[in-house]
Amino acid sequence: MKRGVVVLLLFLFACSNQSSKTVLPASENEKYGDAFIVADLSDASYLNPILASDTSSSQINSMIFNGLIKYDKDLKIVGDLAESFQVLDDGLVLIFKLRKNIVWHDGQPFTARDVEFTYKALINPDVQTPFSSMYLLVKDFIVVDDYTIKIVYDKPFAPNLESWGMGIIPKHIFEGSDINTSPANRKPIGTGPYKLDTWDPDQKIVLIANDDYFEGRPFIDRYIVRVVPDQSVQFFELRNESLDAVSLSPDQWNAYDSFFTHYDKFRQPMFSVTFLGFNMRKKPFDDKRFRLAIEYAVNKDDIVKGVLLGFGSKANSPFPPQSWAANNEIAQSQYDPQKALELLKEIGFEDIDNDGWLEYQGSPFSFSITTNQGNKQRELSAQIIQENLKKIGIKTSIRIIEFSTFINQYIAKRDFDALIMGWSLTLDPDQHDLWHSSQMGEKQYNFLSYKNQRVDELLVYGRSVFDVQKRKRAYYEIQEIMRQDPPCIFLYFPDSLEALHKRFEGIEPAPSGIYHNFIKWYVPKTQMKYGMGEI
Amino acid sequence: MLSYVSRRLLYSIPIIIGITLITFFIMYWTPGKPTDVSMELNPKISAEAKERLLKLYGLDKPVYEQYWNWLRRIAVLDFGNSFKDGIPVISKIAQRLPATLLLNFLSLGFIFIGATLIGVVCAVKKGGFWDRFLTFLVFLGFSTPSFWAALILMIVFGLWLGWLPISGIVSFRFYELSTLGKVLDLTKHLILPVFVSSIASLAALSRYVRSSLMDTLKQDYIKTAYAKGLSQKDVVFGHALKNALLPLITILCLSIPGLIGGSFIIETIFSYPGMGRLGYEAIIARDYPVIMGIGIISAFLTLAGNIAADILYAVADPRIRYK
Amino acid sequence: MKKLISDNSSFLGLIFIGLIILSAALAPLLTSYDPSAQDLTQRLLPPSFAHIFGTDDLGRDVFSRIIYGSRVSMTVGFFAVIMTLIIGATLGIVSGYFGGWIDSVLMRFTDIMLCFPTFFLILLIIAFFEPSIVNVMIVIGLTSWTGLARIVRSEVLSVREREFILASQMLAVSKKRLFFVHILPNIISPIIVYCAVGIGSAILTESGLSFLGLGVQPPTSSWGQILSGGKDYIYSAWWLSVFPGVIILFTVLSFNLIGETLRDIFDPKERV
Repeated sequence: MKRGVVVLLLFLFACSNQSSKTVLPASENEKYGDAFIVADLSDASYLNPILASDTSSSQINSMIFNGLIKYDKDLKIVGDLAESFQVLDDGLVLIFKLRKNIVWHDGQPFTARDVEFTYKALINPDVQTPFSSMYLLVKDFIVVDDYTIKIVYDKPFAPNLESWGMGIIPKHIFEGSDINTSPANRKPIGTGPYKLDTWDPDQKIVLIANDDYFEGRPFIDRYIVRVVPDQSVQFFELRNESLDAVSLSPDQWNAYDSFFTHYDKFRQPMFSVTFLGFNMRKKPFDDKRFRLAIEYAVNKDDIVKGVLLGFGSKANSPFPPQSWAANNEIAQSQYDPQKALELLKEIGFEDIDNDGWLEYQGSPFSFSITTNQGNKQRELSAQIIQENLKKIGIKTSIRIIEFSTFINQYIAKRDFDALIMGWSLTLDPDQHDLWHSSQMGEKQYNFLSYKNQRVDELLVYGRSVFDVQKRKRAYYEIQEIMRQDPPCIFLYFPDSLEALHKRFEGIEPAPSGIYHNFIKWYVPKTQMKYGMGEI
Repeated sequence: MLSYVSRRLLYSIPIIIGITLITFFIMYWTPGKPTDVSMELNPKISAEAKERLLKLYGLDKPVYEQYWNWLRRIAVLDFGNSFKDGIPVISKIAQRLPATLLLNFLSLGFIFIGATLIGVVCAVKKGGFWDRFLTFLVFLGFSTPSFWAALILMIVFGLWLGWLPISGIVSFRFYELSTLGKVLDLTKHLILPVFVSSIASLAALSRYVRSSLMDTLKQDYIKTAYAKGLSQKDVVFGHALKNALLPLITILCLSIPGLIGGSFIIETIFSYPGMGRLGYEAIIARDYPVIMGIGIISAFLTLAGNIAADILYAVADPRIRYK
Repeated sequence: MKKLISDNSSFLGLIFIGLIILSAALAPLLTSYDPSAQDLTQRLLPPSFAHIFGTDDLGRDVFSRIIYGSRVSMTVGFFAVIMTLIIGATLGIVSGYFGGWIDSVLMRFTDIMLCFPTFFLILLIIAFFEPSIVNVMIVIGLTSWTGLARIVRSEVLSVREREFILASQMLAVSKKRLFFVHILPNIISPIIVYCAVGIGSAILTESGLSFLGLGVQPPTSSWGQILSGGKDYIYSAWWLSVFPGVIILFTVLSFNLIGETLRDIFDPKERV
C-alpha cells in the first residue's frame, strides 16, 4: 500500500510539472480556465431562491440566479435582470424595464412572464417559501409587455425595491408542477453566470461557467463548493492548498505566516451586530437606568480585543458604521464601573450584607445570560461580561443552549433574563421589526420588548419615505434616542475574515466585499491549477 | 429453524413499532420547530410566513394525529419528504447508506482481522511481553477521544507527511480516474476514517478472542491434537481458532446498530457523507421525517443483525438448535 | 487487592487515578490560579514556569482548569456509572430472578433500547433542554445500561440453575436470604468489572458530547470541554488540546487496566 501511495504521489507530481512555463501576455482568451474551490460547513438545501433560506444555498443560488435588481460594489441598488427601473408616486409604483436577449441556461428566452410566475409562486399559500410577506404587500402586478413590469403598492414602503433582488425562477420549467418537490430544485435552470454541473450530496457542488451569460462568460471555468463541516479541518485543507478560499476565525487569521504563503487575507466589515439584550418584561431590566449602568459596566473594548482580537469594532447602535444610516456622531460608550455603580444605587442596588454582591431592593440579586450553543464568540463574550459584572458586584450565570431549543423555549416564551444574540442586517436600514412596540408577539422579533414612542414613530416614518436624506435624519435620531434609552447593550460589529489563494487576479475590494466582480476574476495561464478535464 | 425465524420476525414488529413510538414522542417533546435553524432571526422572514410553513408541514395537528398519519404512510413505505430540501427521505437515506456501509464494513473487517491476530498472539504468548504490549496498545486506542485522535492523525499524515488526504471520500478528479485509480483514491481517503472508527472496538474484541482461545486451548481435543504431534501453529490455526471465533460472529452482528447509525463525530471530522451526519443535522434542524426515517431503518437493520447472528451461529455450530 | 497491586499495569493505573483524585481534592493547594479568572493580556501563552500547561483563549491557566476540571469529569464518570448500575443491575436481576413474562417484557424493552443508535442520545440531551452536569450524567446513564442488564441477567440465570440454589430452595430458605447470600455474591464480580470500565467510558462519552457542544457548560470546565475548546487551536496552540487529551487518555486507560486485572482475578478460568 505504501508503495502505491508513493507511486501515486510521483504521478501527481509529474502532472503538475507538465503545465507550460512560458509566459504569455494575458489577452482575454488567456484568462479562461481553472477552478475556484471553497468550503462550506453544511450542504445546500434547495437550489431555488424562493424556497431556500439557509446561507449555504443562498450563496450558490446567487451564482445561478439573478434578481431584477442587485446591490453594486458600493452598495447602491442597480439593475440586474432589469435594464432600468423607476420609483414613481412616492414609492407606490415600481416600473422595471427588463434586459432583452437574456436566455435561461436551457436556451429559452427570459421574459416578464417569468417574473410574474416567480411573484405568483411567492404569494401562493401552497408554496413552502419563507419570504411571502414582502410580496403580499403588492396590490397590483401588471405585465405591461414582455419586457416591462409595473408593480403597484397600497402604501409606500422603502424596502419594497430591495425585495426585487429575489432570484427569478423560470416559468417554463416549473409551470404545472409542484414547486415544493420539483426536480428542478436539484437541477436548477437560472440566468446567472454559472450553471449546475454536479451535486454530490454532503460532498460537493460543482458549477460550470455559463457561456451565454449576459454580462459575459466568467473567466473561471468552475466554481466548486466542498462541504467540510468542521472549521479546524477546513483550516487544515487550506494549509494543504486544497481550498482556494476559507473564512477564518480571528485566531486563524493570526496563525503562523507559513499558513498563508499562498494566500492573501481580506478583512471586511459585515452587516451584523452582536448584542447583550435584556428581557424588559422583567424588573429591573425594564428600567433604562439599569441598562445604562450595564452599558457602563461592560468593557466592550475588552470584548473586541479578547473575542474578535480587534477584528471588528465596538458597537454603539444597531447600525454598522459602513451603513449610510449610521450616525457616527453619537456618544461612544465608555467603560466606567464607578458610574455604573452610581446608577445602580439610584434604582435600589446596594451591598447590604457586605458579601461583595449587590442586593436589589433588599434581596439577593443575580441573573442569567443565555446564548446559543455553537457560537464560540458569543460564549467567550458571555464569559467576559460575567467577569466585568462580577467587578461591580452583580452575580450572573451563563447558560448555553442548543439553538432551536433556545429559540422556542427561551425566546418565544420570553423565559430569559439576558441573552447574547446577533442580528444579521439587511443593507436597507429598516429595523422596524426589531424595535417597534407592535412587534412584541410570540414569534416576532422584538422579543426584548423594547418600547419607545418616538422610536416607534421614526421607524414607521423611516420606511415609508424613499428619500435617502429624510430617512437618514430619522435613523440618526433613532440612534441618539437609543443612547439615552438603550434597547440592549450593543457589543460589537464583527469583521468577515477571509483567505484567498494568491493565483486569482482581478480582485477589487469594495464596500460590498470582494465577490462583486467574481466573473472578472482570472488566473494567469502559467499559474492555473486545475485543467478542464481534471476535476 | 424456519418457524424460529418467522417467530423472531413476528416479535420484531412490536419492537419496531415501539421504537417509532418512543422516537416520535421524544422528538415531539423536544423543543424546537423545523422552521428555526435556518430562518429564525432573519428579519426578512415574517412570523406569519413561518406559521404558514408549519401548516404546510402538517405540524399544526395534534400529536397523536401526526403519529397516526406517519404510521399510515409508513405502512405503504412512504417515508415522507425532508423538510430541509423536499427530497424523499428514502432517497436521502439511499444516497448516504452506501458510504456508511462501505466505511463500516471495512471497519468491521479491520476489527475482525485485527482483533483475531492480536487475540491469537496474546493468547499464545500469554503473560509474555507481546501479550502485555499489545494489550496496552489496544487499550490505548480504546481510551483516546476519537475526535482528538482523528485531528492528530490528520495533522501527522495529512499535513506533515502529506501521505493521505485530509478529508472527504474521493478527490475532485475521481470521475476521470481509471478503475484502479478510483480504488486507490478511495482507499487513501478511507484509511484514516476506518482506522479511527476501529480502534475503539479493537480492545474489547481482541480481549474476547484471547480469553475464548485460551479456553479452547484447554479442551481435551486440543491436547489430543498436540499428542498427535501437530505443531503449535497447526493446532492454533487448524483446530482451536475456528471454535474460538464462534462467539465473535454474534458480537459483530450485535455491533451493527452503532455502525448503521454511523458515527457523527468521525463523519463530521472527515467530511464523510454518511448517515451519522444526516441524522445529526436532521436533529439540529428538527427535520422530523428524516429523524423518523433513520430511526426506523436503523432499528430494522439492527433487528435483522440480531436474527442473522442467531442463524449464523446455528449454522456454524451444529450443537445449537432453535425451536 | 493484593493481585491488583502486584500486577504492574493495574498498579500504575491505580496510582494514576489516585493522583487524579488527590489533585481534584487538593486543587486549591496545587494551583494559585482561579480556573475561571481571565486575563486577556495573557491569552494563548505556551507552557512556561508561570503557567506549566500554558493559557487558553481567555488567558486562563490551563493547568488549574484541568485540575479543577478533574472534579467535574470524575464526578460525571462516577455518577453516570451509578445511574447505569441502578437501572442496569436492577433490570437484570429482576429479569433473571423472576423470569417468565417479566423477563420477556424487560428483555424486549432492552432490545428496543439497544436498537437506538447514538444519535438518539443527542436527541435525549436536547430534550432535557439544558446541558448541565446533572443532565449529562443522567443521559449517559440512561443510554448505557443495556449491556450491564444483559450481563447481570445471564449471570443470575446461570446462578439460579446451579445445584446449591436448587438445594436451598428445597430447604425452604427465604427468598431474601437466597438472594443476598447466594445470588448477589455471584453476580457482584462482573458488576465491579463493569463499573471500572464504565467510569472510563463515561468520561470518554462526556468528551464526545463536549465536541458536539452538548457537554458541561462554561465557566464550569470538564476535561472534555477543555479538549474540545482547544480543538480549534490544535495547530497553533497545541497545549490547549494535548494536555487535556493526554489526561483523558491516561485516566480512561487506567480504569481499563484495572478493570482488566479485576476480570482476571474474578474469572477463575484464567487463574494459572
